[in-house]
Amino acid sequence: MITVMFFAGLREAVGTSSETLALPAGVSSIAALRDHLVARGGQWQALATAKNLRAALNQDMVALDSAIKDGDEIAFFPPVTGG
Amino acid sequence: MQHSVSVQEADFDLSAEVKALTAGNNLAGAVASFVGLVRDNNDGTGVADMTLEHYPGMTEKALDEIAIKAGERWELLGVRIIHRVGHLMPGDQIVLVVVSSPHRGNSFAACEFIMDYLKTQAPFWKKETTAEGSRWVDARVSDDEAMAKWRDQIGM
Repeated sequence: MITVMFFAGLREAVGTSSETLALPAGVSSIAALRDHLVARGGQWQALATAKNLRAALNQDMVALDSAIKDGDEIAFFPPVTGG
Repeated sequence: MQHSVSVQEADFDLSAEVKALTAGNNLAGAVASFVGLVRDNNDGTGVADMTLEHYPGMTEKALDEIAIKAGERWELLGVRIIHRVGHLMPGDQIVLVVVSSPHRGNSFAACEFIMDYLKTQAPFWKKETTAEGSRWVDARVSDDEAMAKWRDQIGM
């Protein structure tokens, strides 16, 4: 299983803050996971249209082409605006 | 180097944090600090209040890593970072960075580095309320540029 989390405007757009799912067959990178989620259609298109989409893998900010595996925690979010 | 980070709803007291960071350590000849405040306008629109969302767990980890990176680059004695979350009003304190070092140059540089790094790497998101409703704040290109400057200078 993997945990997928969403934050800020992206959380509102997809309508959920997190979900747990089995790592889909053939999905081995964050970018592929995004494509898998976008293929659900509807509000999940927000993951495709988000400009400057950022991601974290096990709570480290990483590039979208990073590899993922079973047990990982993946987060999608807009560019951060703290400080 | 000692360092500590806090993510909290409560306000903070700069002078108390400076005292705590330097207590019992007379090697420090310099303390530099930065306090960020909530402004009452953004991009020409009045801001009534704001809410700070964050990624619990990753936030603390990111701030920890920023403090450690600063300690690897400059000769520092202590770093204290506090970032508030939740509901904030214009004029409220939102972020605190305090750095101590034997000499001032390291404290000044590290304090600026920590803020620039935090702005682009720590998972916080601001949502502000204006007369037209609420909106998520867009990231600023100038923040990425400030971060890129450090990458060029010190390879971080």
